[in-house]
Amino acid sequence: MLTYILRRIVLIIPVLIGLSLLVFAIARLLPGDPIQLAAGPNASPAEIADLAREFGLDKPLPVQYWNYVTGLVTGDWGQSIFTRRAVAEDLKVYLPATLELVFTAMFLAILIGIPAGLTAAVYRNRWPDYMSRVVSLGAISMPRFFLGLLLQIGFAMWLGWLPLGGRFPLTEDPPAFVTGFLTIDSLISGDLRAFGITLQYLALPAFAMCLSPLATITRMMRASTIEILQQDYVLTERALGLSSRLILFKYVLRNAMSATLTVIGLYVGWLLGGTVLVETVFDWPGLGLYATKAIVTQDFMPVIGVTIVIGGIFIISNLIVDLLYGILNPKVRYE
Amino acid sequence: MTTLAEKVPASATSSRWENARRGFYRFRNSWLSIAGLLIVLVLFIIAVIGPSIVPYPEHVAGSVSTATRFQPPSALHWFGTNELGQDVFSLVVAGSQISLLAGLAVVAVGALVGTLVGAVAGYFGGWTDEVLMRLADLKLTVPSLILAMAVAAALGPGILNMVIAISISWWPGYARLVRGEVIAKKEEMFVQAARALGAGTGRILRRHILPNILTPVIIKMSLDMGFAILTVASLGFIGIGVKPPTPEWGSLLSIARTYMPDYWWTAVFPGSAIFLAVFGFNLLGDGLRDVFDPKARR
Repeated sequence: MLTYILRRIVLIIPVLIGLSLLVFAIARLLPGDPIQLAAGPNASPAEIADLAREFGLDKPLPVQYWNYVTGLVTGDWGQSIFTRRAVAEDLKVYLPATLELVFTAMFLAILIGIPAGLTAAVYRNRWPDYMSRVVSLGAISMPRFFLGLLLQIGFAMWLGWLPLGGRFPLTEDPPAFVTGFLTIDSLISGDLRAFGITLQYLALPAFAMCLSPLATITRMMRASTIEILQQDYVLTERALGLSSRLILFKYVLRNAMSATLTVIGLYVGWLLGGTVLVETVFDWPGLGLYATKAIVTQDFMPVIGVTIVIGGIFIISNLIVDLLYGILNPKVRYE
Repeated sequence: MTTLAEKVPASATSSRWENARRGFYRFRNSWLSIAGLLIVLVLFIIAVIGPSIVPYPEHVAGSVSTATRFQPPSALHWFGTNELGQDVFSLVVAGSQISLLAGLAVVAVGALVGTLVGAVAGYFGGWTDEVLMRLADLKLTVPSLILAMAVAAALGPGILNMVIAISISWWPGYARLVRGEVIAKKEEMFVQAARALGAGTGRILRRHILPNILTPVIIKMSLDMGFAILTVASLGFIGIGVKPPTPEWGSLLSIARTYMPDYWWTAVFPGSAIFLAVFGFNLLGDGLRDVFDPKARR
C-alpha cells in the first residue's frame, strides 16, 4: 500500500511538468502583446523594452520557461504585470476563498445527492424516479450564472434574506487569518457571530454551484445502486431474510459509493475551473474572479498560476479518489 | 467473389436499419425523449426562419430607439425592451441562430479532431497511442473554461475565434471514446478479413471500423450539444467571445445584470432561452443514449 502511494506520488511529477509546459506554451504562443498593453498606448519603444527586460520577457522562450519552472519550485510564481504584486501572494489569498466555496457546494451535493439517488433506484420507474430524472437533467441544463442571478433577485433583492454578493461585509471585523477559510477561522477564534455572517454570504453562491454536481451524483448513485441491487449476493441476502433496510444501508450503499466517488473526484477539479461564473455573479473574491481580470488584460503570470494550481488540485484529488477506492472496495488491491 | 463482396455490406446496412427501427420504437416510448426532440426541432426551426420573421429586424441589426427604453412585456413587445429600447423578443429569437451554430461548430470540430486522434491512437497502439493519450489526459487536467477564456481573449472577439477557443479543450473526450471502441473493433473477424483481402490502413479505418463506432460518437455529440451551448453562453456572459451588437444569449444576460431587479425581463428571457435549449438537447441526448446503450437502459 505504502509503495503504491509513493509510486503514484512520484508519477505526478511528469504530469505536473507536462501541465506547466502546456500552460506556458499556450500563454506565450498566443497573439497579443501584454507588455504593450501594460506600458500603455503612449509608451516609447525604449520604455517597452525596459518593461520587457524587467519581467524577463526579452530572453528566448526556453530560458523563460526554465526561469519560470525554477521559480515555481522555490515559491516565486512570477509577478502580475499590472498590479506588480507577486502571484504566489495573491494565490494565497484567493485560493482559500474558492476552495471554501467549492467544498461547501460539494458537501451540499453529496448530502442531498446520495440519498436522492438511492431513493430513485429503490423506486425505479415510479414517480420518485421520474421526478429525480427530470429535476437532475434540469439542474444540469441550468446555466449557473442565470441561476445565481435568479437567486439574487429572489433571496437578496425581493426577500432581502441574504446578502447580494461578496464574501464578508466591510463593516464587520473578519476573523483572524489562520487557514484563510472564514468558516474555520471564525470557529477557531470562537467568533460565532462571524461564523453566522460567513454562512449567510456562502449560502447563495454555494447553492448555485452545487446544483450540477448534485444532479450528476444523483444519477450516478441511481445507476450504480440499480446495478448492485441486481447482484446475486443481494438476492442471497434477501433469501436469508435480511431486512431491506439492512441490505440497502449496509451492503448496497457501500458498493454503490465507489462508482460515485470517481465522479466526486472529477467534479472537484471541474468545479474549481467553473467557479469563474459563480464568482463573477456573486462578486466572490476567489481564483475565478482573479483569473478573469488577468485574462481580460492578458496578464499571463496570474493566468498560468491559477491554471497550474487548479490542474494540480485536480490531479491530487484524483489520486485521493484512487486511494479511497481501496478502502471502500476491498476487491481493489494495491501492488 | 465480386457478388459476395457486394452482398455483405447490403445485409449489414439492412441490419443497421432494423436496429434503428427498433431504437426509434424504444425512443418513442419515453415521453421525456420526445419532449427533448420537440424542443430541439422547434429550436432549429426558430434558428432558421426566426431572424426573417422577428417583429423588429432593425433592432437585431443594432439600431436603437431610446424613446422606448425598458418597456415591460406587452402585446407590442412580448419580452419587453432593453436599455437601448430594443425588442428583447427579437434579440432572443435572433440569438438562437448564434447559439445553435456555435454549439454545432464546437461539437463538430471536437468530434472530428477527437475521432481522428482516437482512431489513430487505438489502431496503431504502441508509442503513438501513449503520446496521444497522455496529451489528451493532460488536456483534461487544464480547466477548460479558463483555457477557453484565455484563448478567446487572446484571439479577440468574434464567433469563429470563440469556436476555436472552446474546441481546443473539447476533443480529448472523443479521443478517449473512439480509442476504446477502435481497440475493441480492430480484432473483430471482419477487420481481419478486410486486412487479408489486402485493404490498406486508411480503408480499414474509414470503411470498416468507423461506421461501426459511429453510434457512440453521435450519442456523445447530442449529449455535448447542450453543454457546448452552455459554454458559448458562459463566455458571452463573462464578456469574452461574441460582443454586442451581435445578439448572443450570454452577453444579453450579462448586460441585463446591471438593471436588476426592476427590469427583470431583460435577464429572465435570454436566461430561460439558454436553459430551454440546453435542457432540450440534454433530454434528447439522454433518450438516444438509453436507446443505443443497453447498459444505461434498465
